[in-house]
Amino acid sequence: MAGELTRTPIHAEHVKLEGRLVPFAGFEMPVQYSGIPAEHRAVRERAGLFDISHMGEFRVEGPGAEAFVNVVVTNDVTKLELGQAQYTMMCGSDGGIIDDLLVYRFRDWYRLVVNAANIEKDLAWVRSCLERHGGGGVEVSDESAEVGLLALQGPDAEAILAPLADVELPGVGYYRFAEGRVADLPAVVSRTGYTGEDGFELYCDAGDAAGIWRALIESGAGSGLEPAGLGARDTLRLEMGYALYGNDIDESTTPLEARLGWTVKLDKDDFVGREALQRQRDGGVERRLCGFILKERGFPRAGYPVKCDGLDAGTVRSGTVGPTVGRGIGTAYLPSGSSEPGTALSILIRGKEVPAEVVRMPFYEGGSLKR
Amino acid sequence: MAETKVPDNLRYTEEHEYVMETDSEGEVIVGITDFAQNELSDIVFVELPDVGASFSRMESFGTIEAVKAVSDLYIPLSGKVIGVNDSLEEEPSLINTDPYGDGWMVRLSIKDPSELNQLLGPDEYTSLIAED
Repeated sequence: MAGELTRTPIHAEHVKLEGRLVPFAGFEMPVQYSGIPAEHRAVRERAGLFDISHMGEFRVEGPGAEAFVNVVVTNDVTKLELGQAQYTMMCGSDGGIIDDLLVYRFRDWYRLVVNAANIEKDLAWVRSCLERHGGGGVEVSDESAEVGLLALQGPDAEAILAPLADVELPGVGYYRFAEGRVADLPAVVSRTGYTGEDGFELYCDAGDAAGIWRALIESGAGSGLEPAGLGARDTLRLEMGYALYGNDIDESTTPLEARLGWTVKLDKDDFVGREALQRQRDGGVERRLCGFILKERGFPRAGYPVKCDGLDAGTVRSGTVGPTVGRGIGTAYLPSGSSEPGTALSILIRGKEVPAEVVRMPFYEGGSLKR
Repeated sequence: MAETKVPDNLRYTEEHEYVMETDSEGEVIVGITDFAQNELSDIVFVELPDVGASFSRMESFGTIEAVKAVSDLYIPLSGKVIGVNDSLEEEPSLINTDPYGDGWMVRLSIKDPSELNQLLGPDEYTSLIAED
């Protein structure tokens, strides 16, 4: 991407902590501090703090906001209670995934949290939907630059956050949030995450984000809290089988193919992509996103060819050696007939066929996440 | 960040391997430099050749797999592998923690001592990595 990289409000802290900064989705982001496996283990065993301020936030408000959001996304936002969040897809009329996102229901507005790489595309898409479906009185604004976002993840996250937050944390359930203060600065405390561990995502004013970051780093130091970068974020999410936009899902894949059918509510009122997705559900999907593990040593990387019964079966979508599972793991779209757990595959790693096997995801089941 | 170590008694390649001469005439130890391990970070495993394998200078003798990327390893001198550091199989992170010691890779019986002159000295290698 051309042009200057955007810095998050935490940039100076990353420099201070000697984070290795790399370009990511137009932002200058820390990929690691002490090292990916060490940060990964800190999150699984204690806690890690991620700067994810690069993510995008849209505000949707006005009298028709609920109905409008429900037209744009595949899940049913009318089921959301005040203070609840929901994971959903946003699809094109062909059922292809425009983005995966979180929807938060506040008292009189909704927040849509989208992937950093998709902010401009999504904003244009949501606005085009507004022209076609907006009943008037709905306003969409992009707050991405004004909102800071930190993720505190790990079994000790609640104990680290509790002394700094004026929110009764045990009362905030999974995919619930509360508005309060953290380190005496206003914040939305949401029990959500992308790691398979218990933890929180903290939304705040961009100008307050560094203050909250420093307070958490300081308060968590005695508990073994470590700053964690995008590298560990990726290995943690892949061990859980969570989809990454641009790897596992994109506009050429549908939620049904990606095993995200649970986020598609075909029986709610009409929404963008409904017809195509209904057709695909009725006709059956031809391919499915599957998890695989390598049966021998090897590091499967995105783009490596996959073979099934000697035939080409696409490429690895996401791949790594999972620091906790200790094996080569990854995802690939396989023909529906070859998508059952136990199916033998091979991954072509630099000219060598390494045997692999389809497994049920997640790859890791020991996380502290309480549903 | 800690200063990158470029020991004076070693010779180097532009691909960031080092050559350490041993007490035995014509036998050298090969590994990757402190700069290289730091760039790669988090080495997950290494594929090394078997004892007895022969290579010509700058031929690939294995691969090194880090979380971030995979890289080929290039043999700095023509010769025959007479020893392989087996402990890297279990503990590849030795390359990260001690690249010039316990993280060594292969011991080589070299074919042509004159090839040693084609390697970089510590000063040349230091200027090379300063440019990167």
